[in-house]
Amino acid sequence: MLPSFKPGDRVVVRSTYPLGHIRTPYYIRGQVGSIERLCGSFPIPEELAQQRSGLPAQPLYRVRFLQREVWPDYAGGADDALEVEIFQHWLEPA
Amino acid sequence: MNEDQGKYQPLSYFQLMEVSLRELLVEKGIVTDEQVRATLEDMRSRGAERGAKVVAHAWTDPAFKSRLLADGTQACRELGLDVPALRLIAVENTPDVHNLIVCTLCSCYPRMLLGLPPDWYKSRPYRSRAVREPRSVLAEFGLAIPEDVQVRVHDSTADMRYLVLPMQPAGTAGWNEERLAQIVTRDCMIGVAVPRVADAANAA
Repeated sequence: MLPSFKPGDRVVVRSTYPLGHIRTPYYIRGQVGSIERLCGSFPIPEELAQQRSGLPAQPLYRVRFLQREVWPDYAGGADDALEVEIFQHWLEPA
Repeated sequence: MNEDQGKYQPLSYFQLMEVSLRELLVEKGIVTDEQVRATLEDMRSRGAERGAKVVAHAWTDPAFKSRLLADGTQACRELGLDVPALRLIAVENTPDVHNLIVCTLCSCYPRMLLGLPPDWYKSRPYRSRAVREPRSVLAEFGLAIPEDVQVRVHDSTADMRYLVLPMQPAGTAGWNEERLAQIVTRDCMIGVAVPRVADAANAA
């Protein structure tokens, strides 16, 4: 599967809550961030956990979020950031 | 001293599962008891020295440092640390940015470089608070980050593993790689500490 995003693109993490082995933390769902880098493509963890192949591999990104946007009461610098690995099927253009 | 220590305790659900699985694998000839023992011994004896070697090499060789930051996996291979499971991203501390590593979902950790993770790294308080209030967490580790330095937390949620490349402390110019490696501790490479020159005396 080809990467849909490039570094700097603004993305939003999908706000869905399926059951199963999910590598997208709850706290980051629904948040808007920007692509920091593409890490390569990897089999989908949700599928691997069900003993399936996880193929075709999904692009995996590192997405950078601003702490103050993720936690409105964040007590730290305005530039403090959080970087999370998120698979492409969990991202939409923001 | 815990009173129950040394007394017989029934196996927990997961301990029982581990024993059952291991015995089955041995019975079926997939692994031997000796392989299990040797692997455990290897895992438990591994410390953070490989990570320290990577950091010290980056400090002494700017070209290697650039390659490490561009592709951590490939750079480790150059040092003979060819580990198939390791997809490494090295993040650099600078006067403007301090990096901290956590895995909120479990306990992902660059074991091949740092050995087994410390218990606190796997604890729920660290995992939940490091992303939420990293400055308070760092302060509890004795590390105060100035307000004008950006704190960047890396949640190791999927296939990457992270290593903090700390700043080389003042007063270490001209040190050779072996001496530099002595002040690069495990905690410095997780991001809850920074290398200090006094540590070299303690390590020696």
